Amino acid sequence: MRPGPPCPQHNLLVLEIRDLRYAWPGTAGDCLAIDALTLEAGRSVFVHGPSGSGKSTLLGLMAGVLLARAGRVSLLGQDWAGLPAGARDARRADLVGVVFQQFNLLPYLSVLDNVLLPTRLCAARARRCQPAPAPAAQALLQRMGLPAPLWTRRADALSVGQQQRVAAARALLGRPALLIADEPTSALDAAVRDDFMDLLLQQCRDSASALVFVSHDERLAARFDERLSLPQLNRCRAPE
Amino acid sequence: MLHLAARSAWNRRGTLSLVLLSIALATALLLSLEGLRRDIRASFAQAVSGTDLVIGARTGPVQLMLYAVFRVGGATNNISMDSVRAVAAHRAVAWTVPLSLGDSHRGYPVLGTTVAYFEHFAYGDRQRLAMAEGRPFSGTLDGLYEAVIGAEVAQSLGYRAGTRLTLTHGMGGDLAAEHADKPFTVVGVLERTGTPVDRTVHVSLQAIEAIHLDWAGGARLPGLRIGAEDARKFDLEPKQVTALLVGLKSRAAVFAVQRHVNSHPGEALMAVLPGVALDELWEVVGLGERALLAISGLVALVSLAGLVAVVLAGLNERRRELAVLRAVGAGPRHVLVLLALEGMLVTLAGALIGAAATAAAVVAAGPWLQQQFGIGLQAATPAAGQWLLFAAVLVAGMLASLVPGWRAYRLSLADGLSPRT
Repeated sequence: MRPGPPCPQHNLLVLEIRDLRYAWPGTAGDCLAIDALTLEAGRSVFVHGPSGSGKSTLLGLMAGVLLARAGRVSLLGQDWAGLPAGARDARRADLVGVVFQQFNLLPYLSVLDNVLLPTRLCAARARRCQPAPAPAAQALLQRMGLPAPLWTRRADALSVGQQQRVAAARALLGRPALLIADEPTSALDAAVRDDFMDLLLQQCRDSASALVFVSHDERLAARFDERLSLPQLNRCRAPE
Repeated sequence: MLHLAARSAWNRRGTLSLVLLSIALATALLLSLEGLRRDIRASFAQAVSGTDLVIGARTGPVQLMLYAVFRVGGATNNISMDSVRAVAAHRAVAWTVPLSLGDSHRGYPVLGTTVAYFEHFAYGDRQRLAMAEGRPFSGTLDGLYEAVIGAEVAQSLGYRAGTRLTLTHGMGGDLAAEHADKPFTVVGVLERTGTPVDRTVHVSLQAIEAIHLDWAGGARLPGLRIGAEDARKFDLEPKQVTALLVGLKSRAAVFAVQRHVNSHPGEALMAVLPGVALDELWEVVGLGERALLAISGLVALVSLAGLVAVVLAGLNERRRELAVLRAVGAGPRHVLVLLALEGMLVTLAGALIGAAATAAAVVAAGPWLQQQFGIGLQAATPAAGQWLLFAAVLVAGMLASLVPGWRAYRLSLADGLSPRT
């Protein structure tokens, strides 16, 4: 085994939020205020709340795309705000996987190229793929129920359910410490959604990635280790 | 990144190919204009060499050069043979070649001159005229109806030594009258020179006199018919010519002879130095050239503005794509580079296609231009000016590409992972 970044282990604190205050640029008052939130490796948390309650903003802060006005948002002990922009991008490529609601894939790339995208942008992440990025990606696609004939097709030739599974495979490739999912099932019908949830949670456990799953669909909450209500967590009044 | 930019651009090839086309056209316009400019200048500069002075009736130096050397336009006045003899008698003058213009053969100008023309006239780098076939006209009464044709005339009309031809009064046209009663025989074909000589039918001054014996003021005299053979009995010594090419014994005397000619008593003459007259011509033509170049430059700018507009317009639909790239670890700087690269790729491809189109157009239209205007295009060698314009298009395209790149940079900074479209 080559030495890599700290291997995510159980009981390892992956995500830590302390006294977070965030205001959208150009607005006066804070729209997000969270006193404390922690997440350990391999754990999954379900965050729910209505539209406009700041779910996407919270995910942006966790991924280091947005920066808090005050307080800490730390990934593996490193506060995002303490890093310059370039280092934040590199760290996100290395340690974070993201699945969106939909349109996760670059339509002009093949399925396999889409999955390999983070390893192209981050050498450390590519090194964590055993034995190499391409076979690791293929194995992951296989486990997500996407057989080899699909791999060379353009990403937009797949069904929405298949596309979401490709997106999950991409987010999981290279076993990131943190996986962020922003309503990934809202475009899926019930049967496809349950399959997807099973696969996603299983793969997160296998790769010991911490999972933050945001959704307004509370029926999914039972599958997670923890559930949080953002409106309760957020000490600011949600903007009208 | 380059791979991503190329794949992304290929995905939107429909719109982008239109922009590419407009950039290609603008580049082709710029390059061909510059190439044409250079080749026309080269053609003109090649047309005469070794001639120290061109003498004609008093007019503009540019006009004199145009009609005497380039067969463009007409003379307002002729010069008398007395003046010609006076100039020839000047002690600094080595040789003179009289030129008489005004008739044509199937659109090609007819030049009346003397055998001295074949001896003294030079073009390019002081190259003499050479015969590809046959011989110069004899200049004697027996060879009165002999003609020597330029390479272009021979090639496009399929003439060779022995072909018979008739001359047309004036420069042709529907109502032009033929000198059909006095046919000429081609006795020689000149080697190609790349100058107006290629498009000229040369006959002797006496022949010009002979075909105009029964003419006055541009029309045949009614009731007067002088046959081709009878014409030899008349006095065929020319009374006047259109212009005179002069070679000096020493170039040092050129200004003295010029002054001498310009102050010639009895007739208003003018002597010009070919090089000086050409410079003057470029000054006049240069204005138009610059205007054309400026317009082509504007066309290029419009094309690049189109590029910016298309990439910018597509940006909103691509915010998802940018968010995906951000999510997998691309920084806003990567996004800027991606968008800028796309613009640069399109510009580069457009400029290359434009350059190729220019080269193809030169190959395709070159023979026609050579035939119609006697301008030899050089396809193979892009001039320094063309390289410069090509580089200018590329640089402008790159600068223009930064605009959508910068916009994407701002967008992806503001959007983060969730584009608010």
